[in-house]
Amino acid sequence: MYNKVVMDHFRNPRNVGVIEQANGIGEVGNPLCGDMMTIYLKITDEKIEDIKFQTFGCGSAIAVSSMLTEIAKGKTVAEAKKITNKDVAKALEGLPKNKLHCSNLGADALHLAIQDYEDRKSGKKRPEEVRAEKHEHVHGESCYCPYCDIEIKEGSTFCEACHSSLEEEH
Amino acid sequence: MKIINLDQISSKPLLPEVKAAMIDAINKDYHNPSSQHKSGEAAAEALEKARKSVAELINAAMPKEVVFNSGGTESVNHAIKGVAMANAEKGKHIVTSNIEHNAVIRSLKRLQSLGYKMTSVSVDEKGRVNPQEVADAITDETILVSIMHSNNETGTIQPIEEIAKITRERKVIFHTDAVDSVGMVPIDVQKMGVDLLSFAANTFYGPTGVGGLYIRRGTRIFPLLDGGVQEGNKRAGTENLLGIIGMGTAAAVTRQNLDKWAAHCLSLKNQLLRELPNYIDHYLINTHAEHSLPNMVSMSVQFIEGESVMLMLDDEDIAVSTRSACATGSLRASHVLISLGLSHADAQGTLVLSFGKDNTAEEITTFLVALKNVVTTLRDISPLYQKVSQG
Repeated sequence: MYNKVVMDHFRNPRNVGVIEQANGIGEVGNPLCGDMMTIYLKITDEKIEDIKFQTFGCGSAIAVSSMLTEIAKGKTVAEAKKITNKDVAKALEGLPKNKLHCSNLGADALHLAIQDYEDRKSGKKRPEEVRAEKHEHVHGESCYCPYCDIEIKEGSTFCEACHSSLEEEH
Repeated sequence: MKIINLDQISSKPLLPEVKAAMIDAINKDYHNPSSQHKSGEAAAEALEKARKSVAELINAAMPKEVVFNSGGTESVNHAIKGVAMANAEKGKHIVTSNIEHNAVIRSLKRLQSLGYKMTSVSVDEKGRVNPQEVADAITDETILVSIMHSNNETGTIQPIEEIAKITRERKVIFHTDAVDSVGMVPIDVQKMGVDLLSFAANTFYGPTGVGGLYIRRGTRIFPLLDGGVQEGNKRAGTENLLGIIGMGTAAAVTRQNLDKWAAHCLSLKNQLLRELPNYIDHYLINTHAEHSLPNMVSMSVQFIEGESVMLMLDDEDIAVSTRSACATGSLRASHVLISLGLSHADAQGTLVLSFGKDNTAEEITTFLVALKNVVTTLRDISPLYQKVSQG
């Protein structure tokens, strides 16, 4: 199901854990779709000095988190802002089409953590709890039917090709 | 390296007798059972021998009540669509449950688009249907009740006999998906009182891709496949004789050993349930304590996701199944587990373990040791466990 790179990051994930004195935290996803990710950042002089992650999710989700932190570590905030989900999937040398949605969490969580860091810096009022964003597909990214793997429009509730309903059944 | 197969519900190994019978059949080069000449007769004889054997396994009154096909899914499709079509004049209402296999759910959805109506009864937190709710759901328009005998995700067994009493009284056809039950627990269609029963050979150590539908004599049902007059004009198409011969042999051998094998599986199941708390905490058992298959355990391990568990155990050469959204290819948690009242998060961490006659107590222990390590590793990575351990 997964290639060697993905399996390596799954079996030996890099940068697992929390940062006690993190100055940027981003949490995305929700257990409803089976993926949740928290990114902890320690940013010094506008550079990501340290980055750690925690993930509740499948093989893809864990591999994506691991690869993302590996890409982001040591980058400047400006550079990190440019990292996309596609970058992560590319670095992993590809994910099965119906697992690409798992990869969406990675960069989302990073950007949220950076946003958190900037909010704190500018003295913006932070909510008591860490802001958790509802897991959504990144705009413009392709979706794939989980049954027949054909490309479908994002947010579709019906797959024309295999006549499957993509809505909640009960 | 030998793989410990704790996913026997997906595939069981063939019995040695089955292999021998199928190889023998291959070498005999059987002709088409429908052919009227000598060569056809030998094939027809082999076909009917298998039919008798399968009929005995489920205690059908007559062998011809067993209709061979490509397996459980076809049986379910035939039962549901065949009854719907044949009884459309009488009514278009069907009663089912919230925890059926996708073959039932999607067949019903297909019928819905053609104007049929459904009522789906709910289950309690251990996945059991209340027969009274089925009775309440039946109307004058109801032509079919379809409730599975055992659930493929939880192993829980339904009160089929009680439901059959109701359907007989109300004169409604009763189909049960017994794919995971036949060959695992004693099935007696006379005692059960069902009109239609779906089964598949692999559950009783026969080949995959072959199974059958029990159709009680007198049941109003159209064929699913139209064409020739095979299977008493109930299922067109030249029969998969090799598979059927394998199935017939599997049925005969299983019938002799069913009680013994079921007892063995039950001892493994009990061992697992008894020892599990010594290895992991924060888990839920979804399988009914009393009314369930002797060879199945569904457990939801909290704070982690099922596919990751499955992959890590796979690395240890242990095969298990999971019902997480990612692993099943759907984008959502199992409808069965949600019907039990599980939270989405807990549903994602569900493992389904199923045993067969060849599994051993040592294998269960090996699994538990591996599971402990895997769960510890994944919980260390999980933000949900982090939250809980912080209190």
